[in-house]
Amino acid sequence: MEDKKTLFIDGREYRINGERNLLEVIRKAGIDIPTFCYHSELSVYGACRLCIVDIEGRGIVGSCSTPAEPGMKVHTNTPEIREMRKITLELLLANHEQNCLTCGKNSNCKLQELASRLGVDNVRFKPTHKPKPIDRSSPSIIRDPNKCVLCGDCVRMCHEVQGIGAIDFAYRGSDVMVLPAFGKDLSEVECVNCGQCARVCPTGALTVASQIENVWNELHNAEKTVVVQIAPAVRVALGEMFGMKAGEVVTGKTITALKRLGFDKVYDTSFTADLTVVEEAHEFLERKLNGENLPQFTSCCPAWVKFAEQYYPELLSNLSTCRSPQQMFGAVAKKMLPDLLDINRENLVVVSIMPCTAKKFEALRPEFNIDGYPDVDYVLSTQELGKMIKEAGLNFIDLETESFDLPLGFKTGAGVIFGASGGVSEAVLRLAVEKLSGNKIEKVDFLDVRGCEGIKETSFTINNTSVKIAVVHSLANARKIADMVKNGECDYDLIEVMACPGGCIGGAGQPCSFVDTINESRTQSLYNIDKNLQIHKSQDNPYIAELYEKVLTDHKITHELLHTEYNNRKRMSDNGLSFSEDNKNGKLHVDVCLGTGCYLKGAQDLLHEIITNIVDKNLAEQVEVRGSFCFEHCNNGPTVRVGKHLIEKCTLKLVLSEINKQLKATQTTAISS
Amino acid sequence: MEKTTQQKAMRKFTKICDIVNQYNRDKSKLIPILQKVQDEYRYLPEEVLTFVATTLNIPPATVYGVATFYAHFTLSPRGKYVIRICDGTACHVKGSNKLLETLREKLNLKDKNTTTSDMLFTLETVSCLGACGLAPVLVINDVVHGQVTREKAIKLIDEIIEKENKNAG
Repeated sequence: MEDKKTLFIDGREYRINGERNLLEVIRKAGIDIPTFCYHSELSVYGACRLCIVDIEGRGIVGSCSTPAEPGMKVHTNTPEIREMRKITLELLLANHEQNCLTCGKNSNCKLQELASRLGVDNVRFKPTHKPKPIDRSSPSIIRDPNKCVLCGDCVRMCHEVQGIGAIDFAYRGSDVMVLPAFGKDLSEVECVNCGQCARVCPTGALTVASQIENVWNELHNAEKTVVVQIAPAVRVALGEMFGMKAGEVVTGKTITALKRLGFDKVYDTSFTADLTVVEEAHEFLERKLNGENLPQFTSCCPAWVKFAEQYYPELLSNLSTCRSPQQMFGAVAKKMLPDLLDINRENLVVVSIMPCTAKKFEALRPEFNIDGYPDVDYVLSTQELGKMIKEAGLNFIDLETESFDLPLGFKTGAGVIFGASGGVSEAVLRLAVEKLSGNKIEKVDFLDVRGCEGIKETSFTINNTSVKIAVVHSLANARKIADMVKNGECDYDLIEVMACPGGCIGGAGQPCSFVDTINESRTQSLYNIDKNLQIHKSQDNPYIAELYEKVLTDHKITHELLHTEYNNRKRMSDNGLSFSEDNKNGKLHVDVCLGTGCYLKGAQDLLHEIITNIVDKNLAEQVEVRGSFCFEHCNNGPTVRVGKHLIEKCTLKLVLSEINKQLKATQTTAISS
Repeated sequence: MEKTTQQKAMRKFTKICDIVNQYNRDKSKLIPILQKVQDEYRYLPEEVLTFVATTLNIPPATVYGVATFYAHFTLSPRGKYVIRICDGTACHVKGSNKLLETLREKLNLKDKNTTTSDMLFTLETVSCLGACGLAPVLVINDVVHGQVTREKAIKLIDEIIEKENKNAG
């Protein structure tokens, strides 16, 4: 007889097929067992107690944390279980701020949905919590602890998938909260704004910060010309907000909707994605030829860029200096559109529609701002655009289709697949392979870099040049690869990093969805768009060629508009550890880095010597010595900062002479004034 | 004055480095490390926690989570003498809340303050010290005092103040 592994769910027999736990078997059997804290991409937590089932002979257990065993007799819907689930939900609702009608998550909220599904029609318990302040410090995410159900999805997402751990549980018992370190604001800690916490949050505790009102104001302002760019991933997800199937391509309808909302011109971020490919591929080939700064990391993902600035300062020279397509678009638009549209630069407003929350942070970076006018003025997520369309009452499903405005709306397939993990690499390959071989290539699909594995790789050899490429998504995977690069354990030439699982199509700004296969559907659609376009290679985009002829005429202007630089970034805002008693204002600050790297290089002894010397020389009145945690210059430690001057590979002599120099300078200014 | 303060701070910092090294910078030893750090500072300063997190290569939010979870750890400065009054069932029945009231008044602690402004005393309650036979019980810096009356409590405080004054003078 065949050895069949089966179990019984509500009296029917089902096969066990390597599922990780009982919950997955039950869901495959077509029963959507309710949960808050279960996500297939995260570890099992077993906290919400909604997925409870009754197993004969065992009693009531959480199905997420129970392995499926042959012969189990499982009941998912007994009177006892129904009662328990309802009470659990009722207790959660008791302390949950119930302003659903004005909540950003209204109608997308798991708590709302389950309360309705499980028939909780009355909350008998009184709230015991006092209102807690809402954290609006981040340009990307709003944190409202009053709506948190403590499922821990955000904590595990940040820690396990993104490898950061910017938020965690703090306090105990009824006081438990999810908080950044020391209860600081999100903008003060190591959060990279990827927003994945908000993507998995079942309630309105973590939501995407909105700029809808700002954009309406600009649209209603007659003096302003408002142009908009749409990122590749938006067109395969926006339809979901209007009940269309996952991954449905809605490019034409989106353009019509934007025009009807009042945007003057609708352009395509895929156009500047093509531009990014051309710049980045040439940068790569040059580095490869010279053997410099390899491997080259891609730089289009702003969450990855901030991550690298915080954790891998020693690899910053390996990042491509290319701006992301969003920022290239902003810079090019603000440069050429005023003439083209015959308006003043001040009256041109550039809005982007992005699948991403970190793009909101990127647009605010000071280097992307000329005289107080940012290259990109506002960044709306796909969700926010959907809300604006709904507010305006447009019947999205029935909209006619229109096409992008030229010239910044013409793209090739290479610029579209940017939205999926592996897309940037494939687009760059379509150029690099052609360049290296000197022949036009017909076969443009590079299947090795497609797919949903966390780390993918491919390699090829053309004319004696071999190139090895890695593609990673999620920052925990990026950390693995970056550590390998740091330790010289790999020989990649090009590494594509996207912070969000699946790439941009899985961004936190996309419509809210708890369907596991959503990323596959969206990705497939992007590749279908590529298939249906006539041109697949960025270098064949005629408008890109025209842009180089007319605007990007020399190296200087190209560099000015399309490239950028990166800086070390402190993970936490802190004042350091003071070694002086009275911390009067006006003292010269001497900050000694006590991070691991510097510690190993003798920072502690150096600190000791500095303090002894300052005390001996009676300088304690003028100088305050502090221990600080990581200036992220770990390669050249020990690092000491005197005033604003940073000294790498520091010695006692260097510090003392800098202190003397700066003290003298202050005295001179004091005397002369 | 400045000289001694800076050197004292430096000695403390060296001590913290010794503590993390003693545990081989092992992240699974976070709790014993925090205990020793707290022995050193009498509380867990934010900057020191950031340092410990950086050194052990774990997110500061995780260290903060551990430090706020256990009642043993405190994130605000504490007095030189920490008085813990037991408020377990036995002590409660024997009048520990009156003892608490008396001491709060004696130490002039208003509102939710638990530490005196001269940083000499911190007054806390604990759920049980496991010395129910001696109820009501209080502990001053690890020394247990049993069958404490209001008068005895006030006397204990006065003795400490006297000793401190003598040392200062």
